Amino acid sequence: MRPGPQSDGRHQAAGVEISGVNLSYGANHVLKDVELNIEPGEFFAFLGPSGCGKTTLLRLIAGFNVADSGEVRIAGRDIGKLPPWKRDVGMVFQSYALWPHMSVRRNVAFGLEERRLPRAEIAARVAAVLDLVGLAAFAERKPSQLSGGQQQRVALARTIVTEPKVLLLDEPLSNLDAKMRVQVRGELHDLQRRLGITTIFVTHDQEEANAICDRIAVMSDGVIQQVGAPRDLYARPANLFVANFLGAANILPGIVTTRDGVSVFDIGGGAFLPIPEDAAIPQGASLVFRPQDACMAPAHQGEPGLDARILSHEFLGSIVRYRLRLGGADVLVDTPFHAGSEILSNGSTVAFSLMAKAGVWLEK
Amino acid sequence: MSIAVTSAGVSATRAPVRVGELALGLSIAAFLLVFVAWPAVAVTYVAFTEKGTGAFTLINFQDFARTDLFVRSLWNSIYVGAATVAWASVIALPLAVLTTRFSFRGAIVIQTLGFVPLIMPPFVGAVAMQMLFGRNGTINLLLSDWFDVRIPFMEGLNGVIFVEALHYFPFILINVSASLRNIDRAMEEAAQNLGCSGFRLLRRIVLPLAAPGYMAGASLVFVKVFDDLATPLLLNVKDMLAPQAYLRITSIGIADPMGYVIAVVLVVMSVASMGLAALATRGVDYATVQRGGGGIARRSLRPAESFAAYLVVGFILLLVLAPHIGLLLLSFATVWSFSPLPDALTTAHYVRVFSESGVYIKNTILYASLAGLIDVVVGTAIAWLVLRTKLSFRHWLDWGATAALAFPGVVIGIGYLRAFYDVRLFGGAPLATLWIMIVLAVAVRRLPYALRASHAALLQISRSLEEAAENLGATRQRAVRRIVLPLMTGGILAGFVTSFATAAVELSATLLLVQSNSDAPLAYGVYVFMQSPAGRGAGAALGVVTVIIVCACALLAQFGIERSQNAKGALQ
Repeated sequence: MRPGPQSDGRHQAAGVEISGVNLSYGANHVLKDVELNIEPGEFFAFLGPSGCGKTTLLRLIAGFNVADSGEVRIAGRDIGKLPPWKRDVGMVFQSYALWPHMSVRRNVAFGLEERRLPRAEIAARVAAVLDLVGLAAFAERKPSQLSGGQQQRVALARTIVTEPKVLLLDEPLSNLDAKMRVQVRGELHDLQRRLGITTIFVTHDQEEANAICDRIAVMSDGVIQQVGAPRDLYARPANLFVANFLGAANILPGIVTTRDGVSVFDIGGGAFLPIPEDAAIPQGASLVFRPQDACMAPAHQGEPGLDARILSHEFLGSIVRYRLRLGGADVLVDTPFHAGSEILSNGSTVAFSLMAKAGVWLEK
Repeated sequence: MSIAVTSAGVSATRAPVRVGELALGLSIAAFLLVFVAWPAVAVTYVAFTEKGTGAFTLINFQDFARTDLFVRSLWNSIYVGAATVAWASVIALPLAVLTTRFSFRGAIVIQTLGFVPLIMPPFVGAVAMQMLFGRNGTINLLLSDWFDVRIPFMEGLNGVIFVEALHYFPFILINVSASLRNIDRAMEEAAQNLGCSGFRLLRRIVLPLAAPGYMAGASLVFVKVFDDLATPLLLNVKDMLAPQAYLRITSIGIADPMGYVIAVVLVVMSVASMGLAALATRGVDYATVQRGGGGIARRSLRPAESFAAYLVVGFILLLVLAPHIGLLLLSFATVWSFSPLPDALTTAHYVRVFSESGVYIKNTILYASLAGLIDVVVGTAIAWLVLRTKLSFRHWLDWGATAALAFPGVVIGIGYLRAFYDVRLFGGAPLATLWIMIVLAVAVRRLPYALRASHAALLQISRSLEEAAENLGATRQRAVRRIVLPLMTGGILAGFVTSFATAAVELSATLLLVQSNSDAPLAYGVYVFMQSPAGRGAGAALGVVTVIIVCACALLAQFGIERSQNAKGALQ
């Protein structure tokens, strides 16, 4: 069920194009030459550590920040000069920003009242959207009488009832506890699919972004580091920052050398890792792979591999994470833990090997 | 007094009552019973009993309702209170919005000068306002010369409203500004995001969120005006409630029940207005600043807007400073009558004041210091007992001290007279005539404010700081002395300054209690001088001296607070 009519086609999903955007606060260059193309109907995430500029970029789209240069286009139209109240871009605030002096119903009706819609239509659309988020029974409550999750849904309802062209979510899950966060992000995903509305989601939690977004822009220091689908970013990070930010990664510096006529990667201490035939390795690059993309077996089992020694291990429930000494480097290796699995003791020797297609070489 | 270190490990549920705490609590309870509860009971008793027999009766209240003068006085007081709130809002609200929502340099001037009226009680400037705005005052003389019109600024109740509004608007300004600053910026941005802007945004989101602050400020103004005794009297307005209570006691005597009936009515009215304000804002949690939230968004003014803003601000500030300017002129004037400005200037009034009135200055500094001291000691002790002990009656101490808020000054004066007049000293003089009663009356009036200041200061000190000291071997007493008190210094000093400054200019409570000129404080001296046209110059000079003393003390204390805050900051 969609709140409101669709006949005029105005609420067709709109794309967002950001080109050449720069923004500085005094000497602090917060956004640097940002280029982005967000497809109509896409669920898109700005992901990065705090201070990377992701919220600034979101607020720029909403009109609360003004770019020093560059353009923001929604559905092909430049909105850079419009004030926030003329943009038709819905934003859900991190703090929800529910007005405490208004009931849930008044909060949700606000945007429609500002659009001078007829009373009957406002009432019908508010009722429909409160139904949609499952809060019909709470319409007369004040925001302070709702739980955090309910407040979050009111904030969402208040925004989507106006059928904005683009929906902006500023860390919408950060004020919820861990269990609620998982539940609400699923609801968000379902709702976005149902409404088909172009949505931008700001978060610092890569798991959240991976779980629900079609594509992610990883940001750091005001620069978009990489844009892509979650699994591509994870498997083929464009640089060390992305590799590190999206999860645990082994980063091994080394040099390419030839041994017995074959190119290998020398990580020092007498450890040589094979190089796939099609790999192009830039000068001074490091080998990057995820802990679960490596294998280890007790040395006496005769599996092929490099000699490594277990320095320590952490039991993490579904996996056991070993820290190995491999040549001159320390590497992490994850092995799945099943009921009855044995955990290898520190100090024992193992055979280490890297799965095919597991590694990428990245410059610093 | 031994405070057991061993009890530190005992579970909180059965913490033993410590002898020291109990003794402290009981002595404060005794203080509050004698100096707050007893006078209140005495007043109520007289109002509800038959004269002579002591039998319960409502006849006195029927008399009140049947007497035209009293009923008119009641309505006049309500009218003046409400009209003052309205005019004070007209001044304060634009200033509050302007200074919090726009960034322009005038904002600091307003926020600073906004406090100026509070340094001087309204009655001090009342006569000067008569000279400036009265029928034959500066403004009306100019207006009639130029346009042949006169505006009755100061006629009858208008004068009281005008003077009070100019004096008390800062209460609304301060409260509303604080509320506005506490609004999370996202509250406003969410509305803009949904299509709202400009005046609609102000009306629908910003002002409603500032409503609790406004209600608090407005009820304070109403109570203050209702309570003010000297301003109407100096402006020759007698048919208001507080002046009636005073006149009844001074002209007919302390045995006449009508003064007490009026006192009870005054208490009921002030409790009702505070209750109403509390009711109106009940259950509204408008403290909206949340994680990551900033203050309300500020916008720069365009040149034309900026010009208009300065014009409005300049006009309002001129009005606000009018009593002070008038007072200064009056204090240097030889003759000032039927002319826009004084005929000539002289320093004769100051010479006279310093030769004759040294005793006022000495008394004021003594009384105000003592009152301030009593307030911070009692206030800090109560705050500590409430926040840090499990004493069973600790909340009663809090309520008892705060109850003083409900008593207008003139009621406290009447109550003290009644309660302590029959207590004779060895020489046969009534206890009520001793100057220390003036100090106590003023101290009790200011105690609620000092208590809140101490309470707030103590709330900010984590209990674990004390526990760390106890863990390292300090007794509770020593932990309080070495850790808590030094950390509270800023708050305690702030409480002392407010108590001192307001005690120095208190008149409503003391007017009835001053028995001779040699015991009188400055405010009383100003009042006495101002009553006769011949004494106005000297009264104004004394008023200026009062303002300077209060300012100097406030600045000195501010300096002390900042230094102690800085010292603390360096530690952290």
